Amino acid sequence: MSIFPIEQIRADFPILGETIRNKPLVYLDNAASCQKPQAVIDSIVYTYSHEYANIHRGVHTLSVRATDKFEGAREKVRAFINAASTKEIIFVRGATEAINLVAQSYGKSQLQACDEIVISAMEHHANIVPWQMLCQQIGAVLKVAPMNQQGELLFDEFEQLMNAKTKLVAITQMSNALGTINPVEKIIAAAHAKGIPVLLDGAQAIPHMAVDVQALDCDFYVFSGHKLYGPSGTGVLYGKQALLEAMPPYQGGGDMIRQVTFEKTEYAGLPHKFEAGTPAIAEIIGLGAAIDYVTTIGMDKIAAYEAELLDYATQQAEQIKRLNIIGQAAHKGGILSFTLDRIHPHDIGTMLDSLGIAIRAGHHCAMPVMDFYGVPATARASFAMYNTRQEIDVLMQGIKSLIEVFG
Amino acid sequence: MFEDLRDLYQEVIFDHNRNPRNFRVMDNANRQVEGFNPLCGDRLTLFLKIDDHVIIDASFQGSGCAISTASVSLMTEIVKGKTEAEADALFKQFHEMTTGKSEEINLEAVGKLAVLAGVREYPARVKCATLAWHTLDAALKNEAQSISTE
Repeated sequence: MSIFPIEQIRADFPILGETIRNKPLVYLDNAASCQKPQAVIDSIVYTYSHEYANIHRGVHTLSVRATDKFEGAREKVRAFINAASTKEIIFVRGATEAINLVAQSYGKSQLQACDEIVISAMEHHANIVPWQMLCQQIGAVLKVAPMNQQGELLFDEFEQLMNAKTKLVAITQMSNALGTINPVEKIIAAAHAKGIPVLLDGAQAIPHMAVDVQALDCDFYVFSGHKLYGPSGTGVLYGKQALLEAMPPYQGGGDMIRQVTFEKTEYAGLPHKFEAGTPAIAEIIGLGAAIDYVTTIGMDKIAAYEAELLDYATQQAEQIKRLNIIGQAAHKGGILSFTLDRIHPHDIGTMLDSLGIAIRAGHHCAMPVMDFYGVPATARASFAMYNTRQEIDVLMQGIKSLIEVFG
Repeated sequence: MFEDLRDLYQEVIFDHNRNPRNFRVMDNANRQVEGFNPLCGDRLTLFLKIDDHVIIDASFQGSGCAISTASVSLMTEIVKGKTEAEADALFKQFHEMTTGKSEEINLEAVGKLAVLAGVREYPARVKCATLAWHTLDAALKNEAQSISTE
């Protein structure tokens, strides 16, 4: 781990210096949202101080500057996920909005009654509910590929679910509740062999691994900026250009039109067709700064460092009696979801909070996953590139102490 | 190690969490209401036997955190033998104690329920303590088969 500049990275995140209940903050709720480096905070302050105006509108200098920066962020996103063109990068509020966009625009225009959509048993509600809504609207059918007790997708069952009626596969690249990393290359190849397009929910995966949408050959890829150390209210929909071209707009308004009369509206081309109204300008420019930040460190280095953290945390957790790890896939990202016998996750959450440790306790917006394991909730520690072994030691000591207190 | 939490997790709460009182299905209940907190997944079923406006028996089933388990356990103990009107008054006192603005706790009115007063310093946990009482409220009004805190 010595080559990973952990001290420098920690110094770049001002919030990591906070004390919570008089203890140094140990922030392990990164799967919910990541903290922001100074570069992102500075970017937002700089935009509002020097470069802010509405975009794509005015001829005045500030508007031109803001537009250049905003479109510059689009190019940064394109390069980050290696999309073929900035026309394929649509800015939205988050992964949730991106999936809703695909469901309502692609789904409603391309799917019909009795068509099928395949998801998996480990999806976040954001990759379940938009499809249920679509199914109710058009009479399509949602199919759920099962997983095993370790939290791994049962690939053969998944493959068998795909048939002539299947029109879309929507699956997470990394489970937010379990940490499972799905074999997305295999999934995409199997779906494409049957002519079925694939949407990848990259909300959890994007801060933890390098993503190349052309190498993956996914048809849609969605992620949220706030989980990539960027501002909240930012998200990205990547779609292959031909698919996006064929899709009707999701919302109507300003910025998404070429010409409007009361009789007829001609829509703008990509990507603006899907970006009605004023977007989160400063925040999206800030997302560009976040991408610069992680790119400078290197996604492969981040992935390697976090893999070591997870290994260490898992080894330590396995030493604790009464602790059950929920989600033990062979291929996992930095998430340790667990329960303690006879101690409810919310009590774990409150007890750890009193020690300055922030974890998530609850259903993680994945109630079907909780049902699968027969638990109402789990406690979840989720790691980011700025976490350390020492913080994991603090967590484990806290867990041991609260077990003693509860008796 | 958990000094800050002594007001929230008093020994009585640990005791009721480990050994919940009246934790059983009641076959001859004439009121039965489900309480659900969708935020944390806590679920309980409250059973009441009410005769001539008096709560003859109270019991519960379900799973939840220590605060919610202790709260419903204590509640089933304290409402037994009370009239519906008295139980309703207690609900209002409990609600005031856990969510109210006043610093003073009416110890005479709430009795041993005072061990749950600590939740008001923890906004994220107030609903854990009040779920039982909202479920009781619905059962007394006899108006719902299930209630939700959201």
